[in-house]
Amino acid sequence: MVPVEFYFILSALLFFIGVFGFVTRRNLIAMLISIELVLNAVDINFAAFNRMLYPDSMEGMFMTLFSIGVSAAESAVAIAIIINVYRRFKSDSVESIKNMKW
Amino acid sequence: MDYSYTFLILLLPALSFLVLGLYGMKLSHKVAGLIGTTSLGLVTVLSYMTAFSYFFAPRLADGTFATIVPYNFTWLPLGNLHFDMGILLDPISVMMLIVISTVSLMVHIYSFGYMHGEKGFQRYYAFLSLFTMSMLGLVVATNIFQMYLFWELVGVSSYLLIGFYYPLKPAIAASKKAFIVTRFADLFFLIGILIFGYYTESFSFSFAGTIEMGAGTTPFIAGNTAKAVIAGTFILPTALVLMFIGGAGKSAMFPLHIWLPDAMEGPTPVSALIHAATMVVAGVFQIARMFPLWIEYAQPQLSIVVWVGVFTAFYAAAVACAQSDIKRVLAFSTISQIAFMMVALGVSLPGHEAMLDNHAQLGFMASMFHLFTHAMFKACLFLGAGCIIHAVHSNEMAMMGGLRKYMPITHITFLISCLAIAGIPFFSGFSSKDEIISACFAYSPVVGWIMTGIAAMTAFYMFRLYYGIFWGTENKVAHEHHTPHEAPLTMTIPLIILCVITVGVGVYTTIAGFAGWGGSFGSFVTASGQEYNIHFDVQIALTSTVIAILSICLATYIYKGESQPIADRLYKMFPRLHRAAYKRFYQDEIWQYVTHRIIFRCISKPIAWFDRHVVDGTFNFLAWGANEAGESIRPWQSGDVRQYAVWFLTGTVALTLILLACAL
Repeated sequence: MVPVEFYFILSALLFFIGVFGFVTRRNLIAMLISIELVLNAVDINFAAFNRMLYPDSMEGMFMTLFSIGVSAAESAVAIAIIINVYRRFKSDSVESIKNMKW
Repeated sequence: MDYSYTFLILLLPALSFLVLGLYGMKLSHKVAGLIGTTSLGLVTVLSYMTAFSYFFAPRLADGTFATIVPYNFTWLPLGNLHFDMGILLDPISVMMLIVISTVSLMVHIYSFGYMHGEKGFQRYYAFLSLFTMSMLGLVVATNIFQMYLFWELVGVSSYLLIGFYYPLKPAIAASKKAFIVTRFADLFFLIGILIFGYYTESFSFSFAGTIEMGAGTTPFIAGNTAKAVIAGTFILPTALVLMFIGGAGKSAMFPLHIWLPDAMEGPTPVSALIHAATMVVAGVFQIARMFPLWIEYAQPQLSIVVWVGVFTAFYAAAVACAQSDIKRVLAFSTISQIAFMMVALGVSLPGHEAMLDNHAQLGFMASMFHLFTHAMFKACLFLGAGCIIHAVHSNEMAMMGGLRKYMPITHITFLISCLAIAGIPFFSGFSSKDEIISACFAYSPVVGWIMTGIAAMTAFYMFRLYYGIFWGTENKVAHEHHTPHEAPLTMTIPLIILCVITVGVGVYTTIAGFAGWGGSFGSFVTASGQEYNIHFDVQIALTSTVIAILSICLATYIYKGESQPIADRLYKMFPRLHRAAYKRFYQDEIWQYVTHRIIFRCISKPIAWFDRHVVDGTFNFLAWGANEAGESIRPWQSGDVRQYAVWFLTGTVALTLILLACAL
């Protein structure tokens, strides 16, 4: 059996890779992918902690499944927004939507 | 008798004001004028109906007329105090209804001719309706506060009508001056009303309850006794004098008279209606309305009214002798005549019965009588002046002279009105002025003789005006390309009607006065309300008539001829006196100096500086601070999502570290 720390290390790696990607990437799609990485890190944590702390119950697992469902819907919405941004600004760079602050 | 229809007297002009004001531009001149005149005609009919049924109704047991209040509703209740609106009919208000509606109707008809083809004809009629409504509301007010509301409304309509020719600079200046001066005076009126309302806890013209005052008890409110004692001895006279200042502003008493001569910039029929017959007597009416209060609480202060009146009468008569603009002469004559009415009210004290039997409070009756007769003949004079101005296109006497050949009707009516104002028997002015002078003699012989002298001056300057317009040298140069012509019928008919009233009232009251008949003015309006048969004191009547005839002869001698050697010589002898009188004894300059040099410079400017620098500065500083703070944090919102993420992350990490540090 894989020790539970490995899951945490994986989760932490994924999380920071996601954050790093979110901050450094200019491409909106790449930023979206980075966000998905962060979410996956959280999902792994849920599952791992459930296993470690309450091996008899399944709430963490359910929450993980639920979170995966929500993130699927969310990425659909995000991609729709990105497509619209691209149509409007002819670019998928995050700098092109700075004017959205107004 | 049912007087519930009286609300129409106020409603009809108000409606015609609204219709003409809102839809006037869509109507033709003729229709607009007809709407205004028809509504005024109905008002006149209703006023006469009211007067007829009021004065010929049986009197009460004590010989007075019943005071009738067909309407009175509480408009604004404020604890004990409440502002009421309503209609009050008593002898003076009914008499005023007659005066206002008659003169206003004449002016409406006259304006058809005078304002013919003028731009803004509809607006003119709208304002006339507004004025008439406000003036009628003023006289039928049931309480001081309602009176004050309508008082301001007549001020506004006067302002609008003086400034009717608003593209002309003098008209604008005159309307502003009239408004500001009367408004300044009205401030005192308002303060007076508020003091009065605070201490008596009512705005009505009469009280119920009792108050201790001096030795005896007099009717007053039952309420806070300590408050009421101060009120009776000191506050009430003060409030009444403050209200008198308001009245003096409206009635152009010295030194608040400065607006009235300038108000002549308005159309002439307006001068006839507002600045001769109705609005300017509002101050007299106000004192007459408050008269029971003056008699009860402020008898000594009535002497202020007397002396202000005497001085104004003299001052205005002196200035009128030197003016060259015919409307200015009439304006100063109006000031002088209103001052006569004021004096008559002031000298009307009880307790003089012993001196002239049955002449108690004669002055009150005389004042109201003079108000009535003066309204008629002065309106006629102004309307006549309008015809003359219409004919020669100038206000200056130099452009006139010898007009009697061209304008016979105007000439005759003007002459009759001049005789009336001069106080010749069988003309209405005689009867009323004689009563005023009798009342003055009863008060003190000094006042009596001064007023007789001023009456002589009146006769003199009116005939100087008359000869200057209709006799003397004709200004052939001016008349060459434009021969003066008689005014159209719409303008002459009102003149004739007013003249008929003047002569009719004059003949009846003169005969009645000498024969001691009833049915004269004293049967209707007196201070006590009881019937009083006017009976002329033959000595006084004879003296004033002789003096008036002498001054007319003097004016004839000096001014009738083609050339005027005596006038020229007098002018050469006293050039400075003439100049001072022509310049109205520099009153306007004094006001100008006081307001501009002293008040503006020493008070207004520092206040303006304080406002601009300190008050505005404080708020500008606050605004500047908020702006600067906003500007400095504004770049934080860059619109760059990744930057937000970094901040967010940094914040989260920092927070986590802090929490950890706390936990450890």
